[in-house]
Amino acid sequence: MIKRSYFLVALSIFFALVMALMPLPISAEPFRPDWVLLVLMYWSLAVPHRVNIGWAWITGLVIDLAMGSPLGVNSLTYSVCIYITVSNFQKIRNFSIWQQAVLIGLFLTLYHLLQFWLNHFLLDIYFSPHYLWPAFTGMLCWPWIFLLLRKYRRQFRIR
Amino acid sequence: MNLLFGRTISLQLRLSVAVVLSVLLIFGDRYTQGGTLVRTSLHTLVSPLLYFANVPYEIFDIGAKSLHTRDQLRQENNLLKEKQLLQSEQLQQLAFLKKENQELRALLNASARQSNTRLIAQVLSVHSNPYSHQVVVNRGTIDGITEGQAVIDEMGVVGQLAQVGTTTSRVLLMTDITHATPVRILRNDVRTVIEGIGKINSLKLSHVPHSLDVRIGDVLVTSGLGGVFPEGYPVAVVTNINRDEGLPFAQVYAEPVAQLDRIRLLVVLGKSAQETLSND
Repeated sequence: MIKRSYFLVALSIFFALVMALMPLPISAEPFRPDWVLLVLMYWSLAVPHRVNIGWAWITGLVIDLAMGSPLGVNSLTYSVCIYITVSNFQKIRNFSIWQQAVLIGLFLTLYHLLQFWLNHFLLDIYFSPHYLWPAFTGMLCWPWIFLLLRKYRRQFRIR
Repeated sequence: MNLLFGRTISLQLRLSVAVVLSVLLIFGDRYTQGGTLVRTSLHTLVSPLLYFANVPYEIFDIGAKSLHTRDQLRQENNLLKEKQLLQSEQLQQLAFLKKENQELRALLNASARQSNTRLIAQVLSVHSNPYSHQVVVNRGTIDGITEGQAVIDEMGVVGQLAQVGTTTSRVLLMTDITHATPVRILRNDVRTVIEGIGKINSLKLSHVPHSLDVRIGDVLVTSGLGGVFPEGYPVAVVTNINRDEGLPFAQVYAEPVAQLDRIRLLVVLGKSAQETLSND
């Protein structure tokens, strides 16, 4: 039973990874939401005793490898973000979906700033405000991801 | 349901372990070089994911191709045949010129030019790190390629192989901010270095003195120095020169010859083909 729920969580993360790697039209590219982080955040709020920092670290490493970024950057930023959601899951659960979306948007902004900061040291990039677009689109996507994954969780009784 | 963390490791400890491990990874990745076994096997681990993410694009591509009409295909076929005829005529000349060049070089006691092994690679349509310029290709160590090989397309230089897995590898484009290419100006053989500035359609010549003879429209070709890119492949065309005497160097910008934002088929140039030449 426990193994099955881990498998189902891993399956949803796998699909999020595929969504994150799929090519988009070049005009839509800067707005691609961080699917993987959103899905991880949902699981960390719904089943915090199962999905927490360990999952975030490993998924971050996979993302680093698949996207070709310097190893460890996404592991670090994912771990920090998931730490915030897991340690406050009881408060965040009590908010309405749109309030949650705003909070998630804030966490995503933190993620992108951390990401930028690390890449600034490693790759010498400079800040441009459009790096923060995914935080905004991710915020708009949160309610739909939340509802979809809640349906998925209830359907398969992942606890 | 067990929601209390008291029985397991505390969250703070988990976070500290994760942060320490990540920092170790970041430094380990930054300050070690080369295609180590660890790196290759890690890269191999995610190859299936990359192939899987490429599937939707392939389906669209096949769909678009199957919608071509008979007329369109015939037209395209005719165009390609004409192009091939013209090129094969040039090729006949090339064989003759090559032989002549070899003989002249032999007369001058110059070293023979090396020819390269070539391998065609296809770009997988997957999203990469938005902060750097790179693409994934469908070739790896099983095709006999190694890190640092030059990659070109039908127009000119594209970049070099940065990470090699078993079945996929990453090409660092020459417009990436960490990439520099040794070039010379085709018109007057002046050697210089061109580096990426993080824009897909622009490169910058580094440390150019104000007195350097460079003009707008000059073609830059690889100089063969540095040992990564073989000599003579077109790299970029100079588009903008700013000789502001107040700055220590002239600002010279160039546009890549290869269309880096729409590459699909690439050629990976092999390094060691001296034996084949000496044998003929």
